[in-house]
Amino acid sequence: MKAVIKGAGYSLVHTPDMVIHNGTTQTTERIVNPESEYLKELPKHIRTFEQAVAYYPNQAYIGNISPDELAAIPMPWNEQECPLTNRYGKFGQIMPQEEFLLLMQACDVFDLVELDAEFVAAHKDALAANEIIDESIMARVKDGVPADKVKELVENEHAEGLYHNGKLVGAVKRAHDIDTNLSAHVMHENIVSKASNVVGILGAIKNAGIAKEDVEYVIDCSEEACGDMNQRGGGNFAKSVAEIAGLVNASGADIRGFCAAPAHTMIEAASLVAAGAYKTVVVTAGGCTAKLGMNGKDHVKKDLPILEDMLGAFAVVLSEDDGVNPYVNLDILGRHTVGTSSGPQDVTTALVFKPLEKNGMKVTDIDKYAGELHNSDILKPAGGGDPALQFFKVVAATAVKRGELEKADIATFPAKYGMVGWAPTQGHIPSGVPCIGFAREDILAGKIKNTMVIGKGSLFLGRMTNLFDGVSFVIQANDGQGDNKGVSEEEVKGLIAKALKEFAAGLLAE
Amino acid sequence: MSILNGKKVVIIGDRDGVPGPAIEECVKTAGAEVVFSSTECFV
Amino acid sequence: MDLENQRRVKEFAEQYGPENVVVLLGAAEGEASGLAAETVTAGDPTYAGPLTGVSLGLTVFHVCEPEVKAEFDEAVYDEQVGMMEMVLDIDDICNEMQSIRSEYCKYLG
Repeated sequence: MKAVIKGAGYSLVHTPDMVIHNGTTQTTERIVNPESEYLKELPKHIRTFEQAVAYYPNQAYIGNISPDELAAIPMPWNEQECPLTNRYGKFGQIMPQEEFLLLMQACDVFDLVELDAEFVAAHKDALAANEIIDESIMARVKDGVPADKVKELVENEHAEGLYHNGKLVGAVKRAHDIDTNLSAHVMHENIVSKASNVVGILGAIKNAGIAKEDVEYVIDCSEEACGDMNQRGGGNFAKSVAEIAGLVNASGADIRGFCAAPAHTMIEAASLVAAGAYKTVVVTAGGCTAKLGMNGKDHVKKDLPILEDMLGAFAVVLSEDDGVNPYVNLDILGRHTVGTSSGPQDVTTALVFKPLEKNGMKVTDIDKYAGELHNSDILKPAGGGDPALQFFKVVAATAVKRGELEKADIATFPAKYGMVGWAPTQGHIPSGVPCIGFAREDILAGKIKNTMVIGKGSLFLGRMTNLFDGVSFVIQANDGQGDNKGVSEEEVKGLIAKALKEFAAGLLAE
Repeated sequence: MSILNGKKVVIIGDRDGVPGPAIEECVKTAGAEVVFSSTECFV
Repeated sequence: MDLENQRRVKEFAEQYGPENVVVLLGAAEGEASGLAAETVTAGDPTYAGPLTGVSLGLTVFHVCEPEVKAEFDEAVYDEQVGMMEMVLDIDDICNEMQSIRSEYCKYLG
């Protein structure tokens, strides 16, 4: 059975106040340099919601501009006047902070999020008007508490403040007095991940045109961990998200693997569908507060706006073969194994060239590669270069070493077989998967026949292993012929003969 | 004069450049002792 | 540079003596190489880590610079790093590293 890509959703949440209060660059700075110039300057560099919407890479993320169109826009993109100002796109939406804070409260099932009653009253209608928010979610929005109560929670009860336009409008309480895994900080991070995940998954289900009841399994592949002191990271974000999203027939679980997790999860989900275990599986992830403003120091130093003010969310719906939608070809899988070195050539060989070689394919047999799709407008000013471009050059250079390309091809390979990056620096979010929405459309339109999606992960950040990691898979056009193996003429004749015999036997019995 | 021979080497690799373990393999061939190897990730 | 890495660099310089420690970088481009090199020589330019205001003056090279490359086994280097020479802007990296070394390194022959 083929596992097809039924649809995908990509959404962003603009969270400028969380940049200041929750991004680790800023929280670290407040510890080591509380009086620093950076912390004083930072608020002057925050973008308004309108500015964040009218930004080309964000418009690409929600599907209002294609990667090819984005590539034609001169950089730096943050200096360009962007005529696209719609907060909704064909893949999802850009949610403003005020709606998101209410959604966070709606996603909290342990009375941990308390919002200022005036704030709730002022923005409840806006959340209700959101395209993906239905009555079941609105019914979860509470009236809120007096402002004094919120202040009291933050000042005396170890709660994490929720701010809007610099003003305290709510708090996330700690879920336990001494368990650090249930501290207000961790609960804030996890509820943000969960709520943004809900935005992504509801968008994907709408785009895929399926009923919520159709979803049988949800796999979360974000980078957060939920659990208490006895099982840090016990899970299960997936099921908690499915509950709020109203996926009553779904179960689910979490998969982790740093930035490579989405690619790992796509393969696992496709395998579950291909094996017939579940008919419809959703791969989904919410965003990460810790990474907000990660390169903020450089942006402020260079007098740029804080460009890392967006939480990213995505979800992909995989279903049993419909004969139309592109599918994940499980015969072409790349794997960085324990025995593979972390040398860039070995890594690229394992992820890109070995699976191609096994299937008798060359590097040019894939129409588009999608690796690290980080928005370089964010990273270049911070000395982080352009990881998207760098990856395509590495693929080309490895192909040169293998004798599949000429050295001169390295310069042209990225534009022809790669794409510019547009995803916010949210770890797992940019890792190959942002291309799936566009790849599905381009394959359906016959513009390309296939795309290889590559996810890479920095496992060493967890201090458990120095090993590198990554996996890859190929999405390709559906020939409408059902199972890959096909059915021979003999078998068809046999099946018809059997059916006719049964039909005749039935007639005789009557 | 040799730069590496007999020295204690600290490696700061980069995920998008040359990762720590790859540099480590090279350093071992130059008669130096790797005392620390790490890889940074900017994203 | 990562704050934990700064702490470790500082500790090793104290433990072995700064003249005996060599830092090797694998950064992906010139500016990042320069920043890391500056951190282990002049001190942390971002004023965030343990090397803020600490001028260790350590000997520091990027792994692709010809001076250190010459000391590696050629086959091992080719297997582990070689391909990246086609990808990285080696000239830019070498220029950045050279300028930081000439200004801040205290232990170069």
